[in-house]
Amino acid sequence: MNHAASKNLNLTLKIWRQAGPKQAGGLKTYQVSGISTDMSFLEMLDVLNEQLIASGEEPVAFDHDCREGICGTCGVVINGQAHGPDSGTTTCQLHMRRFKDGDTIVIEPWLAKAFPIVRDLIVDRSAFDRIIQAGGFVSVNTGNAPEANTTLVPHHVQQDAMSAAACIGCGACVASCKNASAMLFVSAKVSHLASIPQGQGERSKRVLNMVATMDAEHFGNCTNTGECEAACPAKINLTNIAQLNREYLKASLFSKE
Amino acid sequence: MVTVADTPLDGRCPDGNIASRWDQRKRDLKLVAPNNKRKYTVIVVGTGLAGGSAAASLAELGYNVLSFCIQDSPRRAHSIAAQGGINAAKNYQNDGDSVWRLFYDTVKGGEWRARESNVYRLATLSTSIIDQCVAQGVPFAREYGGTLANRSFGGAQVSRTFYCGGQTGQQLLLGAYQAMMRQVSGGGIKLFTRREMLDLVVVDGIARGIVTRDLVTGKYETFVSDAVVLCTGGYGNAYYLSTMAKTCNVTAAWRCHKRGAYFANPCFTQIHPTCIPVSGDHQSKLTLMSESLRNDGRVWVPKTKGDTRSPDQIPEDERDYYLERRYPSYGNLAPRDVSSRAAKERCDAGFGVGQSGMSVYLDFSKAIKEDGESVIREKYGNLFHMYERITDENPYKVPMRIYPAVHYTMGGLWVDYNLQSNLPGLYVLGEANFSDHGANRLGASALMQGLADGYFVIPYTVGDHIATRKVKPITADRPEFHDALESAKSRTTAILNVNGTHSTEHFHRALGKIMWDHVGMARNEKGLLHAIEQIKTLREQFWHDVKVVGSGETLNQNLEHAGRVADFLEFAELLARDALHRDESCGGHFREEHQTDEGECDRNDADFSYVAAWQFKGVGTDSILHKEPLTFVDAPFGVRSYK
Repeated sequence: MNHAASKNLNLTLKIWRQAGPKQAGGLKTYQVSGISTDMSFLEMLDVLNEQLIASGEEPVAFDHDCREGICGTCGVVINGQAHGPDSGTTTCQLHMRRFKDGDTIVIEPWLAKAFPIVRDLIVDRSAFDRIIQAGGFVSVNTGNAPEANTTLVPHHVQQDAMSAAACIGCGACVASCKNASAMLFVSAKVSHLASIPQGQGERSKRVLNMVATMDAEHFGNCTNTGECEAACPAKINLTNIAQLNREYLKASLFSKE
Repeated sequence: MVTVADTPLDGRCPDGNIASRWDQRKRDLKLVAPNNKRKYTVIVVGTGLAGGSAAASLAELGYNVLSFCIQDSPRRAHSIAAQGGINAAKNYQNDGDSVWRLFYDTVKGGEWRARESNVYRLATLSTSIIDQCVAQGVPFAREYGGTLANRSFGGAQVSRTFYCGGQTGQQLLLGAYQAMMRQVSGGGIKLFTRREMLDLVVVDGIARGIVTRDLVTGKYETFVSDAVVLCTGGYGNAYYLSTMAKTCNVTAAWRCHKRGAYFANPCFTQIHPTCIPVSGDHQSKLTLMSESLRNDGRVWVPKTKGDTRSPDQIPEDERDYYLERRYPSYGNLAPRDVSSRAAKERCDAGFGVGQSGMSVYLDFSKAIKEDGESVIREKYGNLFHMYERITDENPYKVPMRIYPAVHYTMGGLWVDYNLQSNLPGLYVLGEANFSDHGANRLGASALMQGLADGYFVIPYTVGDHIATRKVKPITADRPEFHDALESAKSRTTAILNVNGTHSTEHFHRALGKIMWDHVGMARNEKGLLHAIEQIKTLREQFWHDVKVVGSGETLNQNLEHAGRVADFLEFAELLARDALHRDESCGGHFREEHQTDEGECDRNDADFSYVAAWQFKGVGTDSILHKEPLTFVDAPFGVRSYK
């Protein structure tokens, strides 16, 4: 075996606790011990919560579901970094071997006006659903589809579309951006659908409506800092934002839809 | 002794030529006129492939759809984690596939314990699913010329699996989700996120609504409808450790069962052969490594017991490629149940690898040598990356270590050919029903079934219920709604009032251990009887000793989990009882008393060729068994051999 043998860590955790959207919140300090380096970050939080329940304190609320990096439900800011220190990795896939014995870890929720805090580390990301509702789809009813191989999509076009479509909608791009911009999220869906034949019919309307909704939901503007790309667990590329800007400009100037 | 109902259960399948049964049924189903559809409300619970596709398609038809999910967004449902692909009988590869072959492979894969008519319909609809998903913009893998690509999956000798890298479920789910979002924006779907269904409301014998708890505010609500479509997935988390998402649960299905819906074949659970092995007591879930990896990966263990050499030090002739040895014609693509048992057999016999000895190698070195690392990276890059993150081992350099884990549940609420349960107005789709996979599901068939049910079956059948029964408009003032609401509330209050000493997690892990040890990959009478007693005891302990902190009036994940575990503790007993009653081995249900000399399933068609549908009679009280006889004409009984 080439991997390091597992060890146990003692850690100090500073975690954002907030009882509800209207209540004031603050960082609270906890100690955990005997954390195996083979544990995932969320399993470490499980240990803390078991400890809190035993002592009669309410466990820390955090969103999570698949715990295999694909559902996009989990996500916290770990020592100032969305999803923590590993690139291309969701919080649930971050493992404790990344930390050292005696470390202090600060854990906060996504902080953005468009993502109000629900409780502790949980935020409301329904703004993302509303952006998709504004046009992140192809208008085709069930039953209307032609034979699949009548739509040819060259291999390289499919590859580009797939890389953009891989977005898991976790919101790390927003949380890592100093402006809390949702440009990476929006650009991923716009690029995916703009690059394939099926998305052409609504290409202009889609980008205009999605960007308008993004603005209405109080996401900030993009200043091309690139933090979003660095934080993105699905490795969505910054070039999608460039494509979004091109799509938007073209649609604003020439759209007949 | 099991009490068996006098009248056999009728699946209400059309008869005649199997290839035209669905057409015949569509001809017979009553329609609701376009203008009238908007007068009717359909509740869809769950937003995975089945629920998402159903909600979108019903709203497109004009029904008023109320869609519920426990996650913060419909896009999170666990269908998203399906990796490998979706089957369809397109025969694009010109390799001998056909609707009939997909039908036959599925019936055989499920060891002749699924309904022929349903499976044939599924195989027929499979091709329309691919058309629909491509039209939505799902980025399926392509050949250089732009046509759709395929790969092979377990249990088939043709290449019929369509895929999007290792993220097929994600892309199909996002397709359905986007179709849903389009309907939300058009007003056809009203979306309720972070809502948990806690009861079904039955009025005059017909399903007419649900009770939910708002997981943010703790508020209970009732919703009235003309039909309820349940798409709430499988119950694998009864085993605690599984590849399912943490919120996957049996609650909605179990509450429907307690209101009268039959639960069919709960003992048919699927243990998937290629999962990352358990690394310690802290483990909260297990991660699947897609079956598609077995296209290029070779499964082996050392030929010598307890060989502790690192894999690269073990020469080729000292390795036992046991799947290739035992199943020469399918090799590493033997079906899941067969491959899982073979891994267990090797590990139990002392040939397992890794620290615990409870894993086997999945080795890509031959494929990497022959095709190059870049080809393997393009096919499986994200899976290799995920493996490395979890295990800290690089699978391009050292073989993966894998072991079987609970992955899917073939059993579920009983439904007829129209996907309607025995309770009129309650439809059950996708993994939540029992219908299409028999005793074992083939890889890449779950996505197919979820989408077939949601896109192409329910839009036809739900209208028939509305048109023929002429359900009367009612309001939530009816006592049935009030009673269901109060019963859901009082159960939550009861959990909060126990105020014991052990956490929900403690009970869930304890249940999981009982289930894995005695109701897992190998079962026997003694173990099952023991498990039933242990489950009863644990359930009693739970209600005397569980400790849930916080209140019911706020977001309280601890309380949500406790409610689900309370239901698992009731349901698990039924699962074990079903396993005890099915005194034969078939598919994922392996009774040690019934095996061939080579350790394969010894099926008993004479006595057990039926669907076991259980009627609830009270917690801890014996359920009544309704048998739906299964007959096989177009795919006659055979030996399920993969040699």
